[in-house]
Amino acid sequence: MRAVSEQIEIQTDPAAPPADSAVVRDALGVGVAVGLSGFAFGVTSAGAGLGLLQTCALSLLVFTGASQFALVGALAAGGNPFTAAAGAFFLGVRNAFYGLRLSGLLGLPRAVRPLAAQWVIDETSAVALAQPDRRTARLGFTVTGLTLYVLWNLTTLIGALGASALGDTDAWGLDAAGPAVFLALLAPMLSGTVERAVAGVGVLLVLLCQPVLPAGVPVLVAALAAPVVLTVHGRMARGTEGERR
Amino acid sequence: MTTWIAIGVTAAGCYLVKLLGLSVPAGVLERPLVRRLAALLPVALLAALTAQQTFSDGRQLLLDARAAGLGAAALALVLRAPFLVVVAVAVAVTAGVRAL
Repeated sequence: MRAVSEQIEIQTDPAAPPADSAVVRDALGVGVAVGLSGFAFGVTSAGAGLGLLQTCALSLLVFTGASQFALVGALAAGGNPFTAAAGAFFLGVRNAFYGLRLSGLLGLPRAVRPLAAQWVIDETSAVALAQPDRRTARLGFTVTGLTLYVLWNLTTLIGALGASALGDTDAWGLDAAGPAVFLALLAPMLSGTVERAVAGVGVLLVLLCQPVLPAGVPVLVAALAAPVVLTVHGRMARGTEGERR
Repeated sequence: MTTWIAIGVTAAGCYLVKLLGLSVPAGVLERPLVRRLAALLPVALLAALTAQQTFSDGRQLLLDARAAGLGAAALALVLRAPFLVVVAVAVAVTAGVRAL
């Protein structure tokens, strides 16, 4: 989903204030592309054994794709509901940091915040933060949020209904959709050495823990890769500074 | 029932962090270390989830058609394919290898 938003940012010329139609076009483009992957979520969730109502409740109430895929994956593996929810929650924490940057830009009245909060996700933030002023940022946020919310929930429903028609979803390769979504989200984040090291340690930790720890826990252990690599990297940076002196 | 508990806890948690971001005064969470960690946390989790859902059935480690599908998806990402194409490639190659 990040990959989509980055393409949009490149298209946006920061020098000239974009016309409203350009903002709407960018917002709709992101909304449509990502909304359609709701279909993959609906199918994956149904394949993981969740009911139609449960699948739709996730898209309506959680509305942050990576967390939803993580939750149904953990539940399908037989994870404890709280460990499964913890993994999904930690993935959702990044939205708090989008909100921090958006609140100043959008300048939302206190009464609107609880409603707008549900739409604070990767894509709406990418579109809104790419706008030069408050008016276009609000427009971009609203159009992206609305398009995505409607399409994500609609395609979730279609995917969940379609899954039963498809029969064995594994035969269609649909169990590869979840990890492919994670990989596509991850790829644009791997720009630096530290990010790559964190990803590598995360993979190592989860594969080592998988056969020995209860379902859902290995992913939480892998989250430790972030503070561990950050600490080691900080020590090494200080070490080389010391040598230079 | 346990599924509904997981859905409820996830929905409440994910909504509250979204609202928290919009509501707290700027500067509270803006310390460099906190920001750095928040940016790296999804990297660790997404990498782990990709590996886990590619190389295990939820319990045991195993190598099956999904590995080929994810390899193809990685190639598509290197070639800068759009998001949907990446997912479609993974699904199609996995199905293709299973059908062999």
